[in-house]
Amino acid sequence: MSGMDATALPPRLAETRDDFLALEVRDRLQLLLEFSNELPDLPERYADHPDLLERVLECQSPVYIFVEVVDGRAHLFATAPAESPTTRGFASILVQGIDGLTIDEVLAIPDDYPQTLGLGQAVSPLRVRGMTGMLARIKRQVRAKSASAE
Amino acid sequence: MPAELDATAKFAEYAHPERLVSTQWLADHLGEPGLVVVESDEDVLLYETGHIPGSVKVDWHTELNDPVVRDYLDGEQFAALLGSKGIARDSTVVIYGDKNNWWAAYALWVFTLFDHEDVRLLDGGRDLWIAEGRDLTTEPTSVTPVEYPVVERSDDEVRAFKEDVLAHFGNPLIDVRSPEEYSGERTSAPAYPEEGALRAGHIPTAASVPWARAAAGDGTFKDRAELDAIYRDEVGLKDGDDVIAYCRIGERSSHTWFVLTHLLGFENVRNYDGSWTEWGSAVRVPIATGTDRGEAPTR
Repeated sequence: MSGMDATALPPRLAETRDDFLALEVRDRLQLLLEFSNELPDLPERYADHPDLLERVLECQSPVYIFVEVVDGRAHLFATAPAESPTTRGFASILVQGIDGLTIDEVLAIPDDYPQTLGLGQAVSPLRVRGMTGMLARIKRQVRAKSASAE
Repeated sequence: MPAELDATAKFAEYAHPERLVSTQWLADHLGEPGLVVVESDEDVLLYETGHIPGSVKVDWHTELNDPVVRDYLDGEQFAALLGSKGIARDSTVVIYGDKNNWWAAYALWVFTLFDHEDVRLLDGGRDLWIAEGRDLTTEPTSVTPVEYPVVERSDDEVRAFKEDVLAHFGNPLIDVRSPEEYSGERTSAPAYPEEGALRAGHIPTAASVPWARAAAGDGTFKDRAELDAIYRDEVGLKDGDDVIAYCRIGERSSHTWFVLTHLLGFENVRNYDGSWTEWGSAVRVPIATGTDRGEAPTR
């Protein structure tokens, strides 16, 4: 492994992690709720085409993601029902942290990033696993879409 | 002082009408001294997005289980939890939640392990409360902690372990999971994460009755006659039967345990909380696949 990109967490994801870790366990839930509320609505071109989105089976609630790669940068879209705020929160953390990153930056995000947010106690390790599944699917889509673009 | 009982006609048909309250009853009694309303959902944040005014949250994942051993809280931990929620030993507790009261029934079953006397479910749960346009608030509930006595947990009456199930063959078993899990196509519910059972299928002789069949379209429990048609006529349960229900980790089967015990009046119903995540990974336990119940092992 060489190069700084292999280990450097993208700044927004690092900031999110630090924000969570700076809080008491129960306040981390409130921050997750804020993320949940900030998940943007799907743009119209996807809102009308749910078939384009990939369902994340690792999550207990229905959550769908879609990655676009434009000019070498990833753009991430996600949707989950209002009745699933935890899942929305996970998706929102990733959307905010990943949108606009280069392909290499996305692929270099450590697979265990969700486990570093200090949510195991607040939310339970099993639930955090849903976010790990989301990240894996995002990376897979990025890989597939950047390969087909070449 | 227990709160007044709900005299709703539908409830009177059930074996233990005192275990249910209607949304109207709850709206009329909110805020009464001695009544504590508890929300228990699958999603750990749903309560924070809006809850019944004055209610407190109990999370099944992070609050009802021992953090290390795969077991429920012990007497001291349970006393600390309930005291911190403002629940006294003589409080009337009304539990409600999402998804047909799936997790609410689970919480109620855990309360039963400690023999909390007056614990009821809100018929229809969170979804019906919302559908009827009743109040929700994001205002945090201010709780005055109280003393809850340390009561030893009693696993004998309503909880079954793997050894109990092995000794149970010849008596009714109810598998409340999805048909796909029962037949062995999957080890977890459709659209749910795989949770690490090594083998798929069901415990031989278990009848397949997916738990949500006990719920009507609006999330309330089906009426007595409809439930009798499922569990007595179709499955063949008879008064006096010794029944064990199971699912994947014991949560869906808590709902069925509630139906059989409190609505239909079966007196010997246990929930096997080890359920498929234990049975499906245990060495040399018998397993049946396909849609047939399968034969009891001869040992």
